[in-house]
Amino acid sequence: MTNGKELLLGEPERVFRREESPVLRLNEEEANAAIDDTDALDDDHRMILNMGPSHPSTHGVLRLMLEMEGETILRSKPVIGYLHTGMEKTAEGLSYLQGATNVTRMDYAAPLFSELAFSLTVEKLLNIDVPPRATWIRMLMCELNRVSSHLLFQATNGMDLGAVSMMIYGWREREEVLRFFEKVTGLRMNHNYIRPGGVAADLPDGWREDVKKLLEIIPPRLEEYDILQTGQPIFRERLQGVGVMNPAEALALSATGPILRSTGYAWDLRRHMPYLAYDEVDFDVVVGTYGDCFDRFAIRLNEIRESLKIIEQILELMPEGDYRIQNKKVTPPPRARIDESMEALIHHFKIFTEGFHVPEGEVYVAVESPRGELGCYIVSDGGPNPYRMHIRGPSFVNLQTLPHLMEGGLIADGVAVISSVDPIMGEVDR
Amino acid sequence: MTETEESNEEVEEKTEEYSGPTSYGVPVTESHDQVVLHPAPTQLLETVTLLKEDGFCMAIDVTAVDYLTHPGRKDLPAGLNPERFEVVVSLINHDQGKRVRLRVQAGTDNPTVPSLFDLFPGTEAMEREAWDLFGVVFEGHPDHSRILLPDNWEGHPLRKDHEVGRIPVQFSPEVGRH
Repeated sequence: MTNGKELLLGEPERVFRREESPVLRLNEEEANAAIDDTDALDDDHRMILNMGPSHPSTHGVLRLMLEMEGETILRSKPVIGYLHTGMEKTAEGLSYLQGATNVTRMDYAAPLFSELAFSLTVEKLLNIDVPPRATWIRMLMCELNRVSSHLLFQATNGMDLGAVSMMIYGWREREEVLRFFEKVTGLRMNHNYIRPGGVAADLPDGWREDVKKLLEIIPPRLEEYDILQTGQPIFRERLQGVGVMNPAEALALSATGPILRSTGYAWDLRRHMPYLAYDEVDFDVVVGTYGDCFDRFAIRLNEIRESLKIIEQILELMPEGDYRIQNKKVTPPPRARIDESMEALIHHFKIFTEGFHVPEGEVYVAVESPRGELGCYIVSDGGPNPYRMHIRGPSFVNLQTLPHLMEGGLIADGVAVISSVDPIMGEVDR
Repeated sequence: MTETEESNEEVEEKTEEYSGPTSYGVPVTESHDQVVLHPAPTQLLETVTLLKEDGFCMAIDVTAVDYLTHPGRKDLPAGLNPERFEVVVSLINHDQGKRVRLRVQAGTDNPTVPSLFDLFPGTEAMEREAWDLFGVVFEGHPDHSRILLPDNWEGHPLRKDHEVGRIPVQFSPEVGRH
C-alpha cells in the first residue's frame, strides 16, 4: 500500500475498540435488567431504548437497542433475526435448478443479483461458459434491477427524512422498471430468471422499444429528484455531516458498496474485478468525499445514471444467439424436442426429477449488488443438491457500521443513518 | 480440552511433514483458479496477519461448513487431517484485485478457532453467525452470542445432524373438505 493511500485512508482505531465501543454488547436479559435497574448503567442519565422491530423507518424488521443520554445515542446494537427462515439450510434440500428460486427471495429489492451470484457459482463448479447473449441479457437485467433498487432507496430515504412525496415518485419510476421485468420474467419480483446455464427465456419481442422508453422516462425524473432533494437546503441539512465514516474504518468493518465508496474509496467489483462483460462497457465508479449520509444518498442517485449509461450501450452491443447453454445435462431441452426425441424426454425428466449433478468442489463467486459485494459460496459433494450454500449478504455485513455511524448522534439522525445504510432485512436474516 | 489440544498438535505435525506447495507458511491448493490456504487453527491468526500486511485489506466473509455426511474431501493437501467442521475465511486484496480463501480444520467435537476481531473487526457479525448456526467457538470474540436465532435456542441448525424443524399443524375437524 502506498503512502499516499495510507494518508487518504485515515485512522481505523475507532472501530477496533473492545472497551468503550459504540457497539452495545448486551444480551436480552442484561438489557432488560438495565431497563429495570437504572443503576446498572454507568450513569444515571443513561437509558436503554428499544426501537423496532416494527417501526416505519427501520426498513422491515430491524430492531435497535440504543443506549441514550437525553436524545444522544451513545451505544447501539442492531438486533436481527426476525426474518430468519433458514434459507441456507433450505438450499441444501433443493436441487441446483431449484436453488435460484430460494436465493432470489433474499434481497427482495434486487433479486436478480442473488440469482446471478448463485448461477455464476454453479457454472464455475460445472466448468461451463454460457453463450454471449445470456451474459448480456444478465447484464441488462441486473443493471435495470440496480436502477429499480436505487429508485426504491430514493423513495424510502425521502420518506424517512420527511420528504413524503418521494415515496410516491420513487415507487412510480420503480414500477416502470418492474413492469418490464414482468414482461420478461413473468414476475415483478422473485424472478427465478437467471438460472445455472443461462436465463429462463429469451427477451420478448419489442424489448428494445421498452428499454428505450425506460431510458427516456427515467432521466428527466432524476432531474426532478435533484430539485426535490439534492438542491434542497432542508434536505441537505438533514444529511450533511451525519453518520461520518472514513475509508480505513469502512475497510476494517468489511463494508462494501455505496458505504465504502461514499468515503472516497473507489472500489466496485464491476470495474476492478470484472465479471460478465463489464470490461466491455464504459461507465464511471461514483465515489463520495466525506463518507456521510448525503454522499451515500448522492452515490445511489448517480449510480442510476451510470446504470442507464450501461444499459444504453447494452442495447447496441447485445449479440444474437442462444440465451442458454445447449448442454442437455444442465438445461432442459426445448419443449418441441420432447415430442420427437426419446433422449430429450429422458433429459427433461432427469433434470426436473433428480436435477443435474455438479462435480465435487468448493468455490466462491461475488458480484456487485446495489448494496455491495454479494458472494455465494457453494460446496458440492458431487450430488444434485449443494452440500452447503452460503450467501455473503452485503446488507448483513454493512449493518455492522450502524453503531459506529450513529455514535454521538441524535436519535433523529439515527433514522437518517439507518436509511443511508439501506439494509434489506430479507438478506440480513436469510 | 486436552483432546482438542492434542488434535491441534497432530495437525501441526502433519503440516510440518507436508512437502507440497506452501504460501504464507501454510499449504496452498487451487480450486477453480481460486487460491485456497489451509492453516491449522493455531496458525490462523499468524497467517491472516501476514496476509493483511501483504495488502489483503478486507475480510470479506467468514463462514463454516459441517462435513459430517460428506463422502470425503479430495481437495485437501496431502497429510492434512480432515475434521468435521471447517471454517472458511475469504480475504480480498484491493490493490492487486486478488482473493484468497482460508479453510481451517476447526475440529470435530468442540470446533474452536481464534477470533479475527482484532485484525478485522468486520468479522464480528459473521463469526457470531457461524457460532449461531454451526456452534463454532471463536476464542477472543468480544460478543460471543447468537445473532439470528433467539438467545434461548437449543442446537445449531446448520449442522448436518440437526433435523429440519416442522411445526405441527392442527386442522379443525369442523371445517370439512369442500
